[in-house]
Amino acid sequence: MRHATYLLILLACVIGTLPLEFVLHTRVYARWPRLLATLVPVAVLFGAWDLWAIRTDTWWYDPGYLLGVTLPGRLPLEELLFFLVIPTCAILTLEAVRARKPHWTIS
Amino acid sequence: MNYTLTAGLGVLLAILIDCLALRTMLLRRKAFWVAYAIVLFFQLIVNGLLTGLEIVRYDPDRILGLRLVYAPVEDIAFGFAMVLITLSLWVRLGAAGERRGRR
Repeated sequence: MRHATYLLILLACVIGTLPLEFVLHTRVYARWPRLLATLVPVAVLFGAWDLWAIRTDTWWYDPGYLLGVTLPGRLPLEELLFFLVIPTCAILTLEAVRARKPHWTIS
Repeated sequence: MNYTLTAGLGVLLAILIDCLALRTMLLRRKAFWVAYAIVLFFQLIVNGLLTGLEIVRYDPDRILGLRLVYAPVEDIAFGFAMVLITLSLWVRLGAAGERRGRR
């Protein structure tokens, strides 16, 4: 169970923000092609930053809290998921704010 | 290059993307700052868990050493850059979709 700790933290982020999609009708998951088109470049850029940090020993992960699935560059699977989950949470938050305050225009 | 320097460069890149490359100008929008404040609150909790439990650990020689809820302050810059670039892309792609008559 301890090995699932990081994954469970990410799962809590997904579940915690999920009501925004249904209660406030943020339509973020509903617009999944646009969501994917946003997430891919973000995951590539910040994944590269993560790989640099791992390679230079700027930071490292305790394998005791990880599932043990490691991607090329010693990147834990959870880190790749982090770069998909957290940006999605940020988009859901922005769209929730826009849903509640439609007069706060952007672009 | 240490984490402090790359975190600063990350914020600079995010600002350039928002203001010049994609011209979304989210930094001038109230909706962005309110959303960012909410994200930051939850970042302190999630990042606090990741660093407090020591799921991730940092080389003390490659960070300033200033910490906020267990996490190095550099993580705040990393998070800000990630949120701003994400939202700038999302908004730009939305505007592009609407011009083509889609949502």
